[in-house]
Amino acid sequence: MNENLVIKVSNLTKFYRETIGVDHISFEVRGREIFGFLGPNGAGKTTTIRILTGILLPDEGEAKIMGIDIIKDPIAAKRIMGVVPEVCNVYVDLSAWENMILMGKLYGVRKDEREKKAEEILQKFGLWQRKDEKTRRFSKGMKQRLILAMSLIHNPEVLFLDEPTSGLDVQSSRMIREVLQELKLKGKTIFLTTHNIEEANLLCDRVAIINKGKIVAIDTPERLKGAFQKTQSVEVAFDRIPLNIKEIENIPHVNSCQRLGDKLRLYTPNPDRVIRKLTEYSEKNNLRFISLSILGPSLEDVFVKLTEEKETSL
Amino acid sequence: MNKLCSSSKFLYTLKSSVAVAEKDARIYYLKPPVIIFGILFPVFFFLAFSLGRKIPPHNLIPSLVAMTLFFTSSSVGPLVTPWERTARTYERLLTTPVSIFSLLSGDTLAGLLFGMVISAVPLIIGPVFFHTSIHHPFVLLGGMLISSLCFSCLGVLLSSPATEAPSQVMMLSSLVRFPLIFISGIFIPLENLPFWGKLAAMISPLTYATDIIRYSLGGSGFYPVFLNIAAILAFSAGFFSFALRFHQKNLEKGI
Repeated sequence: MNENLVIKVSNLTKFYRETIGVDHISFEVRGREIFGFLGPNGAGKTTTIRILTGILLPDEGEAKIMGIDIIKDPIAAKRIMGVVPEVCNVYVDLSAWENMILMGKLYGVRKDEREKKAEEILQKFGLWQRKDEKTRRFSKGMKQRLILAMSLIHNPEVLFLDEPTSGLDVQSSRMIREVLQELKLKGKTIFLTTHNIEEANLLCDRVAIINKGKIVAIDTPERLKGAFQKTQSVEVAFDRIPLNIKEIENIPHVNSCQRLGDKLRLYTPNPDRVIRKLTEYSEKNNLRFISLSILGPSLEDVFVKLTEEKETSL
Repeated sequence: MNKLCSSSKFLYTLKSSVAVAEKDARIYYLKPPVIIFGILFPVFFFLAFSLGRKIPPHNLIPSLVAMTLFFTSSSVGPLVTPWERTARTYERLLTTPVSIFSLLSGDTLAGLLFGMVISAVPLIIGPVFFHTSIHHPFVLLGGMLISSLCFSCLGVLLSSPATEAPSQVMMLSSLVRFPLIFISGIFIPLENLPFWGKLAAMISPLTYATDIIRYSLGGSGFYPVFLNIAAILAFSAGFFSFALRFHQKNLEKGI
């Protein structure tokens, strides 16, 4: 086995009665990597992470975490991983400190070590001052920080996070992202599912896009964007919103037009021609440019394109 | 080496079960369903049947102890898993390196301790208010321990349905537990039951618990002590292994 390989998934399949949750997926995650797992709702992200963390058993295939088979030896595999499940909460009848200590006990961390580690992590996550408070009174952001803190009590080598920043305030999301980047620098491997494409773009070394249970692409965010260079766009804002958008949509080389607040985004393989036509249009309609920019394809564009393509091919 | 591995595995299982039991004790002992179904219910149930009737203390106290033990020990188990499913903490537990066996052992231990502590109250009431005496203290302690274990295992088994509504499981547990009260020699001693009553009593673990407690407190046992012990242990093993099987099945189905 390649020593640098931390997660190896082969032919993983899960059926739910008549439907298929994940369909013979295979991928590998290297050490010290933040690996993003993207997909629309119901695509199979959570099923995959639940199998990889030993909550769910697959119908076919295998998954190894640092060489340990999660299906055959789940206890050994779970010892080396930290998990932040999507549908998960802290014990609201316990304090932050008690939650941390409970996790330490369940992971078999020695008393002195778990107390030292709990203090260190709670301080790092800005929860130390409120460590003795019942977590019932914590905000969602604080609870999510505590969940992440609890997953680190045993210093895991691999961290699985299912939508870790979903629905959080900006400060908590930012703090979680910073912690993840720090963990990566410390040599940890991170497997993360997210809806937030921008988050994946900023954080992940590589991403896999899953749709309808199948993996449709795996690569670095930049390489994925490069493969879709033809989906460039021109973003324009005038001093007033044009009344007749149809006319703009009909500009040659414009594939589609999207209204984003007071801006218009025109998807085109030929931005130069579109900008010339926009200039003519603004003069004709007596409009003044507020902003004009050419945008490369975003990871979101790639995601939409790939999941749409899959949809139409099905 | 192998011996060392299995002994350290055993120690780890034991430690994680104790951690789960400690968590259960801190969180669930004071939850309303446990107080209502585990403490208030047996008290009112008992008062309803004993007030106004001249029941001799040597029959009254063993019945009260057995019924308290039965209700309290079996009231924690049915609450924990459904409550944790609702509170979204169950999945967190499943991600830790703790086996289903350890989780259920912890829940069982929490029920056992709760049952033993609460049942000490009617046990003390006997000698203090009714001048009853404990004739076989070791048999009593052992009998109460294994009975509490058995009822706690029953509670854990009752938590097996994959539901997120604790009220549904509490209803199911009441449905199972209440009929057992009437066929287990609690209100009518086994020797006074008709033949079909004696047959029905044999399928209830509470029968053997009541019998061994009655014997320990100076009454006459219907069955020999060893038979009571064997029956209680067999019921415990059966309940726990079925609970384990059902919880594992739920896990396989992803529910």
